Amino acid sequence: MSSHDTHHAPPPRPRVWSGVERALAAVGISGKALVIAAPAIWLTVFFLVPLAVVFGISLTIKQFGRPPYTPLLTNEEGTVQLTLHLNNYLRLFTDQLYVAAYLNSAKIAFISTVITLLIGYPMAYVIGRAPDQWRNILLMLVILPFWTSFLLRVYALSGFMRGNGVINQFLALFGIEPLVMMQTDFAVYVGIVYTYLPFMILPLYTNLVKLDGTLLEASADLGARPVRTFLSITLPLSMPGILAGSMLVFIPAIGEFVIPALLGGPGTLMIGRVLWDEFFANTNWPRAAAVAIAMLVVVVIPVMLLQRAQDAMRDKEQAS
Amino acid sequence: MVKNPQLAIDTRPWRDPTATPFVRLRNVTKKFGDIFAVSDVSLDIYKSELFCLLGGSGSGKSTLLRMLAGFEQPTAGTIEIDGQDMTHVPPYNRPVNMMFQSYALFPHMNVEQNIAYGLKRDGLPRAEIAERVAELLTLVKLQGYGARTPHQLSGGQRQRVALARALAKRPKLLLLDEPLGALDKKLREETQFELVKIQETLGVTFIVVTHDQEEAMSLATRIGVMDQGEIAMIGEPTDIYEFPNSKFVAGFIGSVNMVEGVVTEDEPGHVRIRSEELGCDIYVGHGVDCAPDQRLSWAIRPEKLALSRERPAGRFDANVTQGTVEEISYLGDVSVYQVLLASGKRLRVTQTNTMRGNPDAITWDEAVYLTWGDSAGSVLTV
Repeated sequence: MSSHDTHHAPPPRPRVWSGVERALAAVGISGKALVIAAPAIWLTVFFLVPLAVVFGISLTIKQFGRPPYTPLLTNEEGTVQLTLHLNNYLRLFTDQLYVAAYLNSAKIAFISTVITLLIGYPMAYVIGRAPDQWRNILLMLVILPFWTSFLLRVYALSGFMRGNGVINQFLALFGIEPLVMMQTDFAVYVGIVYTYLPFMILPLYTNLVKLDGTLLEASADLGARPVRTFLSITLPLSMPGILAGSMLVFIPAIGEFVIPALLGGPGTLMIGRVLWDEFFANTNWPRAAAVAIAMLVVVVIPVMLLQRAQDAMRDKEQAS
Repeated sequence: MVKNPQLAIDTRPWRDPTATPFVRLRNVTKKFGDIFAVSDVSLDIYKSELFCLLGGSGSGKSTLLRMLAGFEQPTAGTIEIDGQDMTHVPPYNRPVNMMFQSYALFPHMNVEQNIAYGLKRDGLPRAEIAERVAELLTLVKLQGYGARTPHQLSGGQRQRVALARALAKRPKLLLLDEPLGALDKKLREETQFELVKIQETLGVTFIVVTHDQEEAMSLATRIGVMDQGEIAMIGEPTDIYEFPNSKFVAGFIGSVNMVEGVVTEDEPGHVRIRSEELGCDIYVGHGVDCAPDQRLSWAIRPEKLALSRERPAGRFDANVTQGTVEEISYLGDVSVYQVLLASGKRLRVTQTNTMRGNPDAITWDEAVYLTWGDSAGSVLTV
């Protein structure tokens, strides 16, 4: 194909890579294929293969020994046998613990996403509308926390919310009884919202900064008060940013382990903790693998739905 | 006192001193930081006028328009529309609509929804909105385009949607910011006439901002020429072109030849100006507010000059000078001659090409005489 094309093309310019290209072409590989191959190989080796291994493990059962699960394939005197156990998946549905953990994770992730949206939207809006010289400083302030380790920041939060932490010491000055904040769902929400807020602000900002101010003026000119203008113009036009930000918060939040482990109490049931417990406390690798695969399904479906909604919206916008 | 009978068709209320203006700007000033974008502008605009604010970029014309729409608040002064003080009324409460230079069509709404937007804000019943939208689509000749989105329209179609949307609420006053700026020349000429037709049919008062003098001349009932935040001149297109009040206005509108001179005779009925640049005296056949020995400028349009090979019979021993043709640009309908005078000054002269392929046309390097009528030029003291 590529050699055929060269007949019509003008004489090729001498290029550094032309030698390499010719050598590859001789083996039947074009430069274009090579470029696509790089990420494809990367994803295969570091994503698809491990995923397949995890999926394989999820179809075995726990046993004592090394590895701590039954083999998929057994070879007994030339008879190769494939043993697939579906118990792990069945248990996910029958055992109330898992169902509750999934639902609770989804609930916590959803509420956190809504809260980050409610806090992040006005922030992104103000940054997007701020004068140029302020914009970069404000954005920097949003990104600045990333310069500190995530773990440290979560520990710092517990320093604030502890029984004798900063907040309670402050309240004590006014004679207010100390509040119980640590080891509650509240602390988990605080942790997730605090940690993921930049992921909401940044895509919203990128969207809102492009918002054409004359559209808002046109809306006001046609008799819309500021609230109406926001609902009819700003909000629908920023939907792609809202969806992107929500995805970036919801997906990692649903599988969040560190924040519920450090800030949540025993009652904070999240799938990330269940997975950890299965893997390390119960050494039940197959069950943990099944939990992971199921979580992937739970997360992948909303991603696909949101992605599709976003594409549909973009198509509608650019349908011409 | 008997009032002069006024013709019903006379649509020039600014000539009637008793007429009440529809839009009244009084000493309007707008400062951005230390910069005066608009300084002390007073302006009366009458009902059903098509008023053009003409000026270069940074002349303050857009700021003035934005203050009329309510997007900017004047630093000082008042804005009155239809007898009501609108200076501090927010845009959504003004009986004014604007057509934006970028059109500002809502990209997530189709043509119908865009046009209906303002009507919905008024809480009109659905059936009436649909009826009005259909009416407007007919008015701007876009029937059948209602379901398209702005992205699916050409520039000219978008312009018409923007116009329909701005007209939907039947505003008393329509503001148009460079309405034809984004269109190509041919489309612009067509749209220009449509715009005037629509304005005349609906009787809405239009205020148009433009930097294009040709556009202003052909659209406007009156033009306000703006320069550095101030109104340099207000007048009908013919006044602005034929009787500019300053060197700025004369130079801004159309092309002009400007020379300096000294007043030698200052009589109530005529003025004589000696111009060394021109190499002759200028005889002006009417009185001018000036003093003897005053240095001033005299401006004349290229089409007011006549070219000839033989010395024309000049009256008053003035208004005739001599030069050589240096350059000719043939534009089809007219030819523009550049004539070099003895003083080194160059004059532009346009000649209408009334004869097809005239073999006897004045050509390069010919010595020619230039002459003009005694009221063809304007004496400018500022």
